[in-house]
Amino acid sequence: MRLSRKHLTLLVLALLIALAPALFPSNFYYRIGALIFVNGLAVTGLVVLIGFAGQISLGHAGFAGIGAYACALAPGYLGLHPGLAMLLGAVLSGGVAWLIGRPILRLKGYYLAVATLGFGILVSMVLANEAKITGGPDGREVAELGLRGALATIGIGLSNAQFWYAATGLAMLLGAWVALNLHDSPTGRALRALHDSEVAARTVGVDVARLKLSAFVISAVYASLSGSLLALMNRFITPDVAGFLHSVELVTMTVFGGVGSVPGAILGAATLTLLPQALTVLQQYENLILGLIMMLVMIFMRDGLLPSLMRRLKGRG
Amino acid sequence: MTLLQVEGLGIDFGGLRAVNDVGFAVAPGEIVSVIGPNGAGKTTLFNMISGVYLPGRGKITLDGRDVTGMAPNRLAERGLSRTFQNLQIFQRMSVLENAMTGCHLKERGAILSDLLCLPSSRRRSAVTKARASELLERVGLARAAEHEASSLSYGALKRLEIARALALEPRILLLDEPAAGCNAVETEEIDHLIAEVAKSGVAVLLVEHDMKLVMRISNHIVVLDRGEKIAEGSPATVSRDPRVIEAYLGTQGAEAGHALG
Amino acid sequence: MAELLQYLLSGVTVGAVYALVALGFTLIYNASDVVNFAQGEFVMLGGMISFFAWQAGIPLPLAAILAIIATASVGVLLNKLAIEPARGAPVASLIIITIGASIFLRGGAQLVFDKQLHRFPSFSGDDPIRILGATILPQSLWVIAGAVAIFLSLWLFFAHTLTGKAVLATANNRIAASLVGINPNHMMTLSFAVSAAIGALAGVLVTPITLTSYDLGVAIALKGFAAAMLGGMGIPAGALAGGLLLGLIEAFTAGYVSSVYKDAVAFVVILAVLFAMPQGLFGRKAMDRV
Repeated sequence: MRLSRKHLTLLVLALLIALAPALFPSNFYYRIGALIFVNGLAVTGLVVLIGFAGQISLGHAGFAGIGAYACALAPGYLGLHPGLAMLLGAVLSGGVAWLIGRPILRLKGYYLAVATLGFGILVSMVLANEAKITGGPDGREVAELGLRGALATIGIGLSNAQFWYAATGLAMLLGAWVALNLHDSPTGRALRALHDSEVAARTVGVDVARLKLSAFVISAVYASLSGSLLALMNRFITPDVAGFLHSVELVTMTVFGGVGSVPGAILGAATLTLLPQALTVLQQYENLILGLIMMLVMIFMRDGLLPSLMRRLKGRG
Repeated sequence: MTLLQVEGLGIDFGGLRAVNDVGFAVAPGEIVSVIGPNGAGKTTLFNMISGVYLPGRGKITLDGRDVTGMAPNRLAERGLSRTFQNLQIFQRMSVLENAMTGCHLKERGAILSDLLCLPSSRRRSAVTKARASELLERVGLARAAEHEASSLSYGALKRLEIARALALEPRILLLDEPAAGCNAVETEEIDHLIAEVAKSGVAVLLVEHDMKLVMRISNHIVVLDRGEKIAEGSPATVSRDPRVIEAYLGTQGAEAGHALG
Repeated sequence: MAELLQYLLSGVTVGAVYALVALGFTLIYNASDVVNFAQGEFVMLGGMISFFAWQAGIPLPLAAILAIIATASVGVLLNKLAIEPARGAPVASLIIITIGASIFLRGGAQLVFDKQLHRFPSFSGDDPIRILGATILPQSLWVIAGAVAIFLSLWLFFAHTLTGKAVLATANNRIAASLVGINPNHMMTLSFAVSAAIGALAGVLVTPITLTSYDLGVAIALKGFAAAMLGGMGIPAGALAGGLLLGLIEAFTAGYVSSVYKDAVAFVVILAVLFAMPQGLFGRKAMDRV
């Protein structure tokens, strides 16, 4: 049987996640891998919003902040298990997205960008300034998820880095599966249709406002889960997770890798997570080179890394 | 029996009366054409009827229900479907997917089942795919199904829009210059297609510049000039109407007179 | 009363800076449809280059002019090397290019200059001027006067010169403009140069008040962008109104409500305005043409 594109993509991703550790010289690389997967999960949500539905957001780190602080605060204040706190964060983010999405998504293009940006700033300011609850700009500790211990009792012993590599890798894979499902489903077709022509989408019966809102909520849940995982993995969180720079970073990864493509955006997340790590060797040249690479890739591979590479491969083959 | 009724419809753009006091009716199975010189307000009229523009004056009824100013997606639910003069194709989707979106109202379902690829979602997609393939066959695009839509020729895109509009299984179909940019053979095919659609009981409202096509297939013709209705009637009546001839001769000269004659 | 006036004065000062940055966004947006997120780096370069030139012994006015010319050249290079080659790329890709440029310029400044905070002396001393019980720094007057001068000269430029009209024509319809003999690429280069120069001027004017450092660009670009959107992107009068309004909201929130939430209140107001007027205060409603 011929594999569908969806299954091929998932298979390649799964193999990469499973086999990469064979090349890791040290435990530190598990951590880098996990960071890639956490970012990969968030950008997969942005593929749904930006790539499928064509709606920009410069405030999705706000949802990551909600997810992260749900994990940081709910166990202490509500006595919730951290895993349940993660779900609570996702529900909360989805709810907030649903509430603010209605008015915000009537805006288009850069106006939508500035409105989402405003939302992100609001979240990060609350997190930074309500120090009594959130711990303020210095951040706050996060409870242990406890799953690693549970695994150990049934005979699966993993180091902390290994556990988080596996857990985040699995989460990203699951996220990619869901987004790829959506792409070829009735809802996904309607989203991509309204991206290309809102007026034509309306005339075939697409409830444009409702579908944009769905994409916004879905991507908010992705960002929230990504924030939760980051908090649980680091056992510590600061308001930076919700900051403007994190929002921009996520959008940059998505567009850099290929905004319409799930594996493309994940490649973008991987590249832009690894690059600063690699460039730290160059110390003060880090920003200069990072900026230069971003510009060069977007000038010469304007549709993003993966789509452009694929086209070139096909062109030769 | 009337399906679509338009009464006293009008809209202004910044003080300019783009369309004023236009009225006519369309019955199931009937082909009604709206003709007139460039800038007469035909497309604007279409945009109001299909809910893209909010009319400034007048009333539109579909099936006896007032639908004036109703959103396009609600009108689609009530069986109104359209194509566009300036193509509105989903460029980044495949030809097949373009036709499939025409089935949106029938295939939409719980988003959760789409996210998780539940059997119900797969079933809906499969039904849609079969239906869209049939329609592509019907408009002669079956072989291009897997191509990206942006790779098609202009004439092919026109037909793709018709396929997408038909996928809604409309009761009334608005076609805005379906034959523009098509060669003689393609025009002939579109001619047959429209006649076939009307025969199945669908009301067709047509804007078209190809007068031969219009005169051949229309049951009823509405003539617009400078936003106003100046005549209506059967092709024979309209083509003899002095006001119509004047409107065309005044703007397009002998060529139009010849086309009408 | 004195309190109110005090907040008004500081709001107008900050607002004038935001208005200049917003104007920079608007000029480039009009010429190229690109929102240039490196706009804040122009402000940074204006301040940093002036400081280092001044420190090297060049008189301050000369150092400022040097900084403005140098920054304008950076703007032209940015257009020639990064924006023009990417013409026709998706808008999202263009945004990432300007974000890349912003990181690049920050990295460059950190390398060429340093990572310290810098200040050069105010143009007319630091003795506050008393007005009806409120005080204003002479430098603030310089900032306000600078903004007024820029807006006036731009208005004259657009309304009364052929080149100004050519820029507007290009913004309106690139193809039609080139058909009547306007070279859109020249207009883009001009817009980047002017926009960068305006940013640099803002940087020169505020450095004695707010200080400058290699990484101040992001924060200032954020505010300038927000101000431009508040007024209506692409409309110079909107940039002025958006900038002043944003500055005033911040000053009054900081004075009467809470200084930590001044940014938050500013964004709440922006959200509220956009919900009521989706094209900003001065924006025109666009209509779908199908």
